[in-house]
Amino acid sequence: MSSPEQWTRPEPGAGPAATAAQPSPEQVIAGLRATAEGGAELTQLLTPEGERQPSRFDPYLADIDDAALRGLYRDMVLVRRADRECNAMQRQGQLGIWVPLLGQEAAQVGSGRALKPQDMAFPSYREHGVAYTRGVDFRELLGIFRCTDHSAWDFREHGFHPYTIVIGNQVLNATGYAMGQKFEGKVGNTDPDGKPSDTDEATIVYFGDGATSQGDVHEGFVWAAVYDAPVVFFCQNNQWAISEPTERQSRLPLYQRARGYGFPGIRVDGNDVLACLAVTRWALDECRHGNGPVLIEAFTYRMDAHTTTDDPTRYRLSDEIEVWKHKDPIERVRVQLARTGAADQEFFDQVQADADAFAAELRDYCFNMPDPPPERIFSAVYAEPSSALDAQREEYLAYLSGFADGGEQ
Amino acid sequence: MAAPVKTTVDNPTSTVRNLTIGKALNLGLRAAMEADDKVIVMGEDVGKLGGVFRITDGLQKDFGEQRVLDTPLAESGIIGTAVGLAVRGFRPVCEIQFEGFIFPGFDQISSQLAKLHYRTQGEIKVPVVIRVPFGGGIGAVEHHSESPESLFAHIAGLRVVSCSNAVDAYWMIQQAIRCDDPVLLFEPKRLYHSAAAKADVDTAASPDPLFASRVVREGSAATLVAYGPSVKVCLDAAAAAREEGTSLEVIDLRTLSPLDLEPVFESVRRTGRLITVSEAQPESSITSEIAARVQQECFFSLEAPVLRVTGFDTPYPPAKLEEHFLPDLDRVLHAVDRALAW
Ligand SMILES: Cc1ncc(C[n+]2csc(CCOP(=O)(O)OP(=O)(O)O)c2C)c(N)n1
Repeated sequence: MSSPEQWTRPEPGAGPAATAAQPSPEQVIAGLRATAEGGAELTQLLTPEGERQPSRFDPYLADIDDAALRGLYRDMVLVRRADRECNAMQRQGQLGIWVPLLGQEAAQVGSGRALKPQDMAFPSYREHGVAYTRGVDFRELLGIFRCTDHSAWDFREHGFHPYTIVIGNQVLNATGYAMGQKFEGKVGNTDPDGKPSDTDEATIVYFGDGATSQGDVHEGFVWAAVYDAPVVFFCQNNQWAISEPTERQSRLPLYQRARGYGFPGIRVDGNDVLACLAVTRWALDECRHGNGPVLIEAFTYRMDAHTTTDDPTRYRLSDEIEVWKHKDPIERVRVQLARTGAADQEFFDQVQADADAFAAELRDYCFNMPDPPPERIFSAVYAEPSSALDAQREEYLAYLSGFADGGEQ
Repeated sequence: MAAPVKTTVDNPTSTVRNLTIGKALNLGLRAAMEADDKVIVMGEDVGKLGGVFRITDGLQKDFGEQRVLDTPLAESGIIGTAVGLAVRGFRPVCEIQFEGFIFPGFDQISSQLAKLHYRTQGEIKVPVVIRVPFGGGIGAVEHHSESPESLFAHIAGLRVVSCSNAVDAYWMIQQAIRCDDPVLLFEPKRLYHSAAAKADVDTAASPDPLFASRVVREGSAATLVAYGPSVKVCLDAAAAAREEGTSLEVIDLRTLSPLDLEPVFESVRRTGRLITVSEAQPESSITSEIAARVQQECFFSLEAPVLRVTGFDTPYPPAKLEEHFLPDLDRVLHAVDRALAW
């Protein structure tokens, strides 16, 4: 990608671009090309053809032997299979909505596996793959999408905050959490050999390319910089915010924004699980050292609709999807495993069978999920008891019990 | 910029048949954009996608990208720049995707949009319209089913209205755009595409004033007051009550700020009983305000206390429970029974 200095502005009066609110077709095509390529500064360790590339981030993969790579492959296959199952269950009316992650498995599994148990992750609403790496059972996500609860997992046990739907909110929340980690002295406790101590903490927060336009995200960057908060800003640039391409949010590659706030920004191939793992480990280490925030832009692509209520045929070309299919995050690991002999057909078959069993379990669980009882409406609104609310509950339950069937409407 | 368009609005019969609320809003927006080229539509996904509810469907194609702006994803940005555009002489119509996402823009709404005219003693007009799909009943995840209208009605300098049928949808959006004050239009999202809210719209008629409530069904035993999605619930309740011989009057409030309560007072003086219905949490809400004012104005006419049928004072629950949270026909009739038994 060209640097900003090389960018040319349209000549004054050179056609509609001078006044148009939207880029010209030429600008769009240029943008698309940049979109698909990722630019020269893209950190990539495993090419789409499954070739391992040497990189300055290799030291962060010292422990990734054949078995570990097989593990990452398995993670991604399971996560994708579960995602497809949920998508199908939404179509069958079992889930109210589903937010697909198809295509973003490497960004999520790679970054999620970089975390340590003491770290905290703040997700948006598409981070099912990160949830999986944090030990949150996929089944625990289902309630949100079946609309039986807002968030069911134990966030402390998993180091995985509740999903956030309001775009950008979680970026400030994560920054505050990270400030707390720092205030409690949980960063910069280096070992004698200069490595961060095993107990040093960091926070990671996930958001989309669209979210980068929100004030909350800018404010998160400012706070994190000013307080040296140990937070990794992990932007999954999947190229679209519902119908709006990244060009509707920014003129500049997003990772370059970090500079304006005074911390490092890096663009990583979001379809490369090794690159995502290595770069996120580096960024988390920076945080643990007390060197403050890092912005990672994981350059990836949303292969499915925004949600199951979206109709992407209205705004994007199928050609674009075809291009990205060649960059599939799972396929390239598969090729690498096969090429190096690190896995054989039996392994791939076994993973597929595990994934199918995983999906079947999920389906079973979903179909048998009970609806919550009406009193759930009133539970845990406040931490302290509220007699006013108790009265509302009693009145409503009394009203319900007046029905012949005792309120089982 | 694309050439201006021909729409069905000025078809020769001037009656457009069988419009949903969603389609009526779309036609109303078209009519306003044709009538005044300073009207611009802006928001997230309003262009190619036509908005997530398709209310702006086809507008960008027909009016061009400079009059229908797919904005960056930031509500403070959308409303704040709309204020600036209005200062410059435009009439922006902002779409907020779901009511739960208006809050990043709350600062711009309450600090600037509502106060510029007052602050400059009329020097600056800010004719911005903010369209807000609101209310529950669509089985959605968090932040997609709320009723925050009371918060905005509480801000002086803003006008807040809500439509409940296709005819009003068609006219209210145009009247709001023509109004020189900032107007928030709360649109009942669960009725957008509902066949039950369809109507024939006479585009040559002269509409009721924007800031006026209206009796939509006459009756004598009690008065029901509602707005937005709850109007239909009240009309259904009134129809059911009729079967049992009870005659209920139904008033569609239409304007939430300023409130037009004269028709309500007049009605209560006849019926002696008032039930207000809204999906919003009851405490410190529009229904509280109505109850306070009615007891002040109609104290000696009241045969029973003013009763309220509303959501509860809780965050909106998981959608599997929304049938309990939302006022339905049974809860309205239960309140009617209580009022009549007094
Ligand atoms: C404050 C706010 N405004 C609008 C929305 C509606 N909305 C949900 S997702 C979305 C697009 C988000 O795009 P991006 O940040 O790129 O994340 P992605 O979904 O692509 O992962 C929008 C506009 C919202 N959830 N919150």
